[in-house]
Amino acid sequence: MTELSKSGAAVGEPVKGSPAPSAFLEVRDLKVHFPTDDGLVKSVDGLTFSLEKGKTLGIVGESGSGKSVTSLGIMGLHTAGQYGKRKAQISGEIWLDGTELLSADPDHVRKLRGREMAMIFQDPLSALHPYYTIGQQIVEAYRIHHKVDKKVARRRAIEMLDRVGIPQPDKRVDSYPHEFSGGMRQRAMIAMSLVNNPELLIADEPTTALDVTVQAQILDLIRDLQKEFGSAVIVITHDLGVVAELSDDILVMYGGRCIERGPAEKVFYEPKHPYTWGLLGSMPRLDRDQTERLIPVKGSPPSLINLPTGCAFNPRCAYADVPKDNVTRTVRPELSEVGSQHWAACHMTQEQRERIWTEEIAPKL
Amino acid sequence: MTPSAQSGGATLTKDAAPGETLLKVTGLQKHFPIRKGLLQRQVGAVRAVDGLDFEVKSGETLGVVGESGCGKSTMGRLITRLLEPTAGTVEFEGKDITHLGVGAMRPMRRDVQMIFQDPYSSLNPRHTIGTIVSAPFKLQGVTPEGGVKKEVQRLLSVVGLNPEHYNRYPHEFSGGQRQRIGIARALALNPKMVVADEPVSALDVSIQAQVVNLLDDLQQELGLTYVIIAHDLSVVRHVSDRIAVMYLGKIVELADRDSLYKAPMHPYTKALMSAVPIPDPRRKSAKSERILLQGDVPSPIAPPSGCRFHTRCWKATQICKTTEPPLLELKPGQQVACHHPENFEDQAPQDTVLLTVAKEAAELVADEVLAESAATSAAVAAEVAAETPAKAAPVAETPVAKAPATEAPVAETPAAEAPVKETPADEK
Repeated sequence: MTELSKSGAAVGEPVKGSPAPSAFLEVRDLKVHFPTDDGLVKSVDGLTFSLEKGKTLGIVGESGSGKSVTSLGIMGLHTAGQYGKRKAQISGEIWLDGTELLSADPDHVRKLRGREMAMIFQDPLSALHPYYTIGQQIVEAYRIHHKVDKKVARRRAIEMLDRVGIPQPDKRVDSYPHEFSGGMRQRAMIAMSLVNNPELLIADEPTTALDVTVQAQILDLIRDLQKEFGSAVIVITHDLGVVAELSDDILVMYGGRCIERGPAEKVFYEPKHPYTWGLLGSMPRLDRDQTERLIPVKGSPPSLINLPTGCAFNPRCAYADVPKDNVTRTVRPELSEVGSQHWAACHMTQEQRERIWTEEIAPKL
Repeated sequence: MTPSAQSGGATLTKDAAPGETLLKVTGLQKHFPIRKGLLQRQVGAVRAVDGLDFEVKSGETLGVVGESGCGKSTMGRLITRLLEPTAGTVEFEGKDITHLGVGAMRPMRRDVQMIFQDPYSSLNPRHTIGTIVSAPFKLQGVTPEGGVKKEVQRLLSVVGLNPEHYNRYPHEFSGGQRQRIGIARALALNPKMVVADEPVSALDVSIQAQVVNLLDDLQQELGLTYVIIAHDLSVVRHVSDRIAVMYLGKIVELADRDSLYKAPMHPYTKALMSAVPIPDPRRKSAKSERILLQGDVPSPIAPPSGCRFHTRCWKATQICKTTEPPLLELKPGQQVACHHPENFEDQAPQDTVLLTVAKEAAELVADEVLAESAATSAAVAAEVAAETPAKAAPVAETPVAKAPATEAPVAETPAAEAPVKETPADEK
């Protein structure tokens, strides 16, 4: 089956549609659309990226930019069609270690889910079952993929709890989620997602619900565990600080599409898209001297049903009139290479961008 | 410690504020009783706020930071008298409002308004924007010049909304716009003080900046006094003139913004600031600057004895366990409650044996941080000892005398070489 789809894929541009993905995870032109009474919600609309083992990709964006939907799409958690006949419409390709997930048999994906790819959710209190002990939930996750008896699985659960830094793991394994504090719950969740040594770990806003000192502990833990297990990690967050801490590569999403992608250093020091400039400018920073005013992005994020024509960012962009012929309002920009391993979807020419960046943006950041 | 500092107050405020004390809080406490059993007997109390003393001066912005459960929101509700304090006093413009009843509080409500955290639950979904923003006029029996409707529309345009949206309902607005509606409502009666409880934490980054700028502009135009409660240290630094750091119902440090961020004295403040992720990938490798705290905040039902931070502090000694450190003004405009402050002379130098917890905690703190902190403390102590007769030299400087050139920028302060060379006192 995988052979077929491999040979069936079109050979074309280097990223899109090449048949044999060399990367560990490769997502090509992923689209996740939800039909609703008001129209089609295009939560993710053509997303392409790849990720190697041992690397971390940070996906940043505001609420409603499609970052969480992307992660659920990779995990195959949308196809369940919980809204009756109104299923999410997913298209594109997701290659995980040589297997295409979207066309694969659901039973096969279920075997991979948890074992090959696991997820850490934002809110550990609602992601953990309140009726079962932490231990029972970790044991369940382990025994689904490993044919071992309960004792062995329990030992494994205790070992994992110990690894993620829960004190007295042999006692806490029998605690219920409500007996844990927020940070401990998130640790337990991480233990559960790592119990099968997954190769791909998706952390969806892993620290948003936590206090800053606990956040520091969890970020540290994720980093250490990644080093230890060598997994590929996708971190989804709205916090640029968290992304900078963890990521090797950064993907900025806006209105369901990727508007900039590149190595973390490049995205932070030589951002190419006006929206990325806006994100960096609207954030008060502790590591810089006090600035008098923040530079916000005007307006608010677009509706995913009626995306603005042309560039989705054009109504909020201060430089929408820089490219000529009103092109920003009529033609949707595609990702184009703006540096080595660095892409941005913007109509401005390299010179225009450089000029605005050096003259207007960089001095204010 | 430095007696001359008593009236020094906020000298680093952005603009020359009128500087009169608008709000004065002394010994403020709020204990929520825990009741159990058939008779609902009180078996304990959540000591949400446990003895606060601070002042808010007219025209300034006081930022309050702390982790969840430290009592910062309860504090906000106490000073706006949405909650009845258990003990202590709240004085507004010199008038004691601690135990005023609902009716007696009503005239005061014109002067103290609140902006709430969640713009989704703080607006009645069945009322139009016009009704919501005009509610304060109705409740206070005030008829503004030109009629209520005109005034509401003016307020809407002040906060950057379209005045024609008067008849719309909250669900028709986005989060950022709703927060603006909440701000318009708070401003309706032209208050003197606005208490904002996490005004931007529910908003997206790009919208956050819009609201922060709006709050800034309104303060400039209307001369407002803000108490801004937030957990985000970078936002608090941006908006505040002075900052209070809370931990388990107490203020552990209260200082001018710049002193606090440049040279925090309380170990908790230092840890809190170092924990903020810096949006700079080049700093990723410089992990050693971070101070990782162990475990979680203890329960406010049974807070630790002595200094409440001693269970997680890497400098805790016996005295921290037994004696609660008072909130003292160690430097002009910088009040700290700590026996062994950072960036300053040790308050209990005789007590040097670390607690076991502290030793464990210290393992998590990088050696450079410890060395640097020890060096600065020793240097300050030496300097203070040397200059007690002549106190002309600035106390705030942290001379790096014998300390190795450390790269931790958390406490980077301009090194004052001159005074060190003059003082023969060495670092012991």
